[in-house]
Amino acid sequence: MLNIEPNLSAPDDFYEALIDMHRGLDDKQSAMVNARLILLLANHVGDLDVLREAMARARADVVPSG
Amino acid sequence: MSIDYSSLVLPYVRPSELDRHDVAHRPVIVVGAGPVGLTVAIDLARYGTPVLLVDEDDKLAQGSRAICFAKRSLEIWDRLGCGEAITARGVSWQVGKVYFGDGLVYRFDLLPEPGHHRPAFVNLQQYAVEGMLYEHALSEPAIEMRFRQRVVAVEPRDDGVTVTIETPDGTYRLYCDYLVACDGSRSPVRAFLGLETRGQVFRDRFLIADVRMTRDLPAERRFWFDPPFHPHGSALMHRQPDNVWRLDFQLGWDADPVVERQPERVMPRVRAMVGDDVDFELVWCSVYTFACTRMAHFRHGRVLFAGDAAHGVSPFGARGANSGVEDAANLAWKLHYVLRGDAPASLLDSYGCEREPAADENIRHSTRSADFLTPKSEMSRTFRDAVLGLARNHPFARRLVNSGRLSTASTLADSPLNTPDRDAFAGAMTPGAAAADAPVAHDARDDWLLRHLGGRFVALQFANGADAHGEPIALQGLRVEALVMNAAANATANALVDREGVAFARYDAKPGTTYLFRPDQHVCARWRSFDRHAIGAAVARATGH
Repeated sequence: MLNIEPNLSAPDDFYEALIDMHRGLDDKQSAMVNARLILLLANHVGDLDVLREAMARARADVVPSG
Repeated sequence: MSIDYSSLVLPYVRPSELDRHDVAHRPVIVVGAGPVGLTVAIDLARYGTPVLLVDEDDKLAQGSRAICFAKRSLEIWDRLGCGEAITARGVSWQVGKVYFGDGLVYRFDLLPEPGHHRPAFVNLQQYAVEGMLYEHALSEPAIEMRFRQRVVAVEPRDDGVTVTIETPDGTYRLYCDYLVACDGSRSPVRAFLGLETRGQVFRDRFLIADVRMTRDLPAERRFWFDPPFHPHGSALMHRQPDNVWRLDFQLGWDADPVVERQPERVMPRVRAMVGDDVDFELVWCSVYTFACTRMAHFRHGRVLFAGDAAHGVSPFGARGANSGVEDAANLAWKLHYVLRGDAPASLLDSYGCEREPAADENIRHSTRSADFLTPKSEMSRTFRDAVLGLARNHPFARRLVNSGRLSTASTLADSPLNTPDRDAFAGAMTPGAAAADAPVAHDARDDWLLRHLGGRFVALQFANGADAHGEPIALQGLRVEALVMNAAANATANALVDREGVAFARYDAKPGTTYLFRPDQHVCARWRSFDRHAIGAAVARATGH
């Protein structure tokens, strides 16, 4: 079960760190860093059901443009 | 010097049917003398069913083609009497290494535990496997093989199939009870029946170069993503017998297949890979693409499809020929039981019920590997490269690296022939699993469990020496052989002895535990006690009654 209630101990610090992670990178490099981050976090979560739920929520409302 | 199967010419004999006006009858005709057709023919013949094997050609496979033959295929060929010769001629291996750039990122061992007769894989040229199966088939009196005989028409009927065969001397017709189509990915039989196979074509091209060279490298599967000698592509290296090495280079969809197989294009790629100080000779090369496809149904009345005719996968898991050999072993005993009147014709539906999901599993693995090797979008490529980049220092990412998930025996988990467990069991030997091997003693000699299973139904009772049932059981006219596996040597005549405790462990056995194995060595039922009535019911279920 994916937790969508507030769980971050310091939300503003997290968001700042996330944006800082991309400082000085071009889009291609940023995409790579994001991908690595997703993989690291996915492994930390571990539970495939939770990951699938997160993926479904991430994609909800995004309509393929093709 | 061993026989050079690559140049063997198979004899054409003018068939006597050309001089007859009636249509002769055969119980089974197998079309296609590749590894799958030869296996199904030999298996049928050993059960005692006469079989005619026809092939349009008079040569074995051209070039090395399939080279990786899996443990399960070797075990099937063991049961047919030719596993030892094939294993002995091949190069055994079990370790795979995956590199990104020039760094090792992942190592896998396909058979990390001892106590199996056969290795995880042997590498051997397809023509050599075919040649050895062909020689073995020659020694089976129930097989007749006809080469340079092309099936040109197939007329299915409710009670059989009429087949028209073209030879250099004219055409003739035969009538058979069952037709087994092992005629490859472009199956003419499939086309004659107006059937199709569907799936996904991958937009990528690969170069195979088989080279002869003397290299003192271990027999391992080595795979590179983006190596220095072949930037932006993948590459594969496999050892074959006779100092031949399989090299495989990813070329990309835009590569010109005609240009890329010219020696002047191939040689520099090989040179870059093997280094400047190695002499090599190009033996065979080919540029290929692949598709993951399967027919909706493998049984169409009295016509049964097996191997590439029924399903196709990428080569990066050695799941093509090996799954076809599993098809063959699955089908042969069922055809035999049906033809002998020991099972209803509906048993043949279970061939589809079991092998269609197995094909889906192979296609799923193959598609996932292909998506990793040939990312279909920028983001897919980004994630692939992210996995490879992390794999160097992050153990979790190594498990995501996919250069091919190699063929293992399919577990027929949802088969209607299985009797669901009534008792509690742990471990992998669930109903539907292919029997795991184990070292045993028999008549005080070292032996292997699998040598005692298959060819008939076997009820194997694990025992501690007391109250073991070693006598054969006759059930509805079907002979079931009762075997005993003792934990220690004692007086039970003809018993197998599990001196190392491996069989008990692999089968989660306790004294009294009884497994029922099908003629193709798959588990179909198991209990914590020896129960004749339960065995009878399970055999009836496994034979479609």
